[in-house]
Amino acid sequence: MTTSRRRFLQLVGGGAAAAGLAACGTSGPKSSGDSAEGAAAAATGATYWFLTAQPQQGIRENQVKRFNAANSGAQIKITEFQNDAFKQKIKTAIGAGQAPTLIWGWGGGGLKSYVDANQVDDLTDWFGQNADLKNSIFPSAFGAATVGGKIYAMPVETTTPIVLYWNKRVFEKVGAQPPQSWGDIMDLVPKFNDQGIAPFSLGGQSRWTNMMWLEFLFDRIGGPEVFQAVFDGKPDAWNDPSAIQGLTEVQNLVKANGFIKGFSSITADSNADQALLYTGKAAMMLHGAWTYGNMKSSGGDFVTGGHLGYMNFPPVDGGKGDPSNTVGNPAQYLSISSKASDGEKETAKKFLSTNTLDDASVDEWVKTGNIPVVKSAKAKLASVTDKNDNAWLNFVYDTSADAKSFAQSWDQALSPAAAEALLDNIAKLFQLSVTPQQFASNMNAVLGK
Amino acid sequence: MVLPALAMFILFGVVPLVGVLVLSFTQWDGLGPIHPSGVSNWRVALKDPGLYHALWVTFEIMILSWLVQTPISLLLGVFLAGRQRYRSFLAVLFFIPLLLSSAAIAITYKALLDPNFGLGPGLHLGLLTQDWLGEAKLAVGVIIFIVSWQFIPFHSLIYQGGVRQIPTSMYEAAAIDGAGRVRQFFSITVPQLKYTIITSSTLMVIGSLTFFDLIFVLTAGGPGDSTRVLALLMYQQGFQANQMGLASVIAVVIVLLGLFLALLLRRLGGSTTDSQMEGM
Repeated sequence: MTTSRRRFLQLVGGGAAAAGLAACGTSGPKSSGDSAEGAAAAATGATYWFLTAQPQQGIRENQVKRFNAANSGAQIKITEFQNDAFKQKIKTAIGAGQAPTLIWGWGGGGLKSYVDANQVDDLTDWFGQNADLKNSIFPSAFGAATVGGKIYAMPVETTTPIVLYWNKRVFEKVGAQPPQSWGDIMDLVPKFNDQGIAPFSLGGQSRWTNMMWLEFLFDRIGGPEVFQAVFDGKPDAWNDPSAIQGLTEVQNLVKANGFIKGFSSITADSNADQALLYTGKAAMMLHGAWTYGNMKSSGGDFVTGGHLGYMNFPPVDGGKGDPSNTVGNPAQYLSISSKASDGEKETAKKFLSTNTLDDASVDEWVKTGNIPVVKSAKAKLASVTDKNDNAWLNFVYDTSADAKSFAQSWDQALSPAAAEALLDNIAKLFQLSVTPQQFASNMNAVLGK
Repeated sequence: MVLPALAMFILFGVVPLVGVLVLSFTQWDGLGPIHPSGVSNWRVALKDPGLYHALWVTFEIMILSWLVQTPISLLLGVFLAGRQRYRSFLAVLFFIPLLLSSAAIAITYKALLDPNFGLGPGLHLGLLTQDWLGEAKLAVGVIIFIVSWQFIPFHSLIYQGGVRQIPTSMYEAAAIDGAGRVRQFFSITVPQLKYTIITSSTLMVIGSLTFFDLIFVLTAGGPGDSTRVLALLMYQQGFQANQMGLASVIAVVIVLLGLFLALLLRRLGGSTTDSQMEGM
């Protein structure tokens, strides 16, 4: 049975990968040339798949290059994918027993599904032996790496809260002040629309982009407990009055033309939503901290000239949530495939401990405007001479460190089945084709799935 | 001689089909073990309004794109079979869309139709500056347009071949009887192309059942679920929601629907033993 199932999955997986590849079109996966020696040392060589898109891609490539240069006997071979293609490909590869040794991911519900299928190794003991490494990482980053009290992934890379960005040039032109509350946001909408500027940019076809709005509204109105109840699978959790209010508020914003025309056909993968902000077609954007690097490199003098403003999401009048709370990705995660050979696992563990959060990596992350998930990052910030980068990095660090609650993105926290239902209903909510009550009852039906 | 073909058919046609049928009675997330679950997937899928909506969208796109493609392909095919000047040059132009991959076409159109950075706003053409892919009705229209643009060349080619098979003596006889070009077209060309029309329609209908790549890249089923066809629903249930059992149910529905439509179209064609050359 096992073999036939695998064989079957390989066929299915091949088809899905082909579809995924066809979909990305511009750049398929490419294998690195580092494998020349790797082939000879296949016994202990490990494999590692990760995402394209700069600057993250270059930093990951450099980590592997440094590792391979230092370990001639045990090479790591990399394969790179676009975001959406990666999500499909990694799942099918794991299911077909052909996972890479190092499994890159976002933790949470996706990681839990790997754990439930016994596809990734328990790293709790390993962290016990490497206490220094564990203690150097933000404690908040371990939440999404932990399933049933055991750690199945190492938090790596960066902490990326969701941030409210605004274009200072546009605000000056219109004579507006950045919003201090949800009421201010609703007041700003007609002001910008009258000038022919969209109040908010949004890559709505990607769906998780819309979700970020609900994450903040739920938190600011009812506190982190509201989504926690959903996560815990409490019956009727989506019908919480705070949830209904949040859903209603976001539809009010859609109805007031708060989002740019055509938002539901814009994708975040193409960075078109960021382009709308830095070209001044939109005044504000709610997006992850990871977009700073691209806005800096693609936006002309938008970032370097100090025209980018940013803040934590403002409070909602009368809301219960602490305004310091944030949502987003506490970290990215690397797990080790349980199907890998012992030699491969050794190589992978060595890579985890020596090359993922080492000084050189931390420097590179900071240099590109990211806060790596290590406590030592704060000390590095003083060495950043660029005034704009320095202010930004301190903002991200403080937002993450001072947050009373740093909730993980919903679609990553939930199981894949519940996440798909959530994204589907969110798209309909923003299309105004379901009411908040319908949304709640649709989502209550998949609670705990 | 039959054996290799039979082996290929069983390996790549029958085995996956049986696999999908078996999977539709199981719970499987694509990662862990497979658990038999009886008819629970079928019950969930058949109760889901999403399935009926996807069916409706699939039929909508199927029928509308057939209505657009067939007359244009037929006329183009007849034209291409003739001996007019510049005919072969124009034929080359018509065939260009056929050479492009669906994903490339989708990415290009998506860029051209972008309401903020696309062709319309770039050239300041108000008429072209619509929310083409963000409004449900427009998005369906855009998909039908692109599908037709992409596949009309292919069907024209089929019709061109069909028209060339019609004996010229029939047209000569009609001309002697005083039939004009329009009369000749409706009384000779169209009836003689009966089987070609059925072949081309079958390809269109079955093709639109499995439409995936173009829509996936262009709208990903959006806005909301207004362009979510069956194949896309299957993909989302299987590879995004990790519910392979539910996805298999949808796959079985697609297979049954395809079989039914193919048989229906064959029936419409009548018995193939009838001669079209009576009186010749």
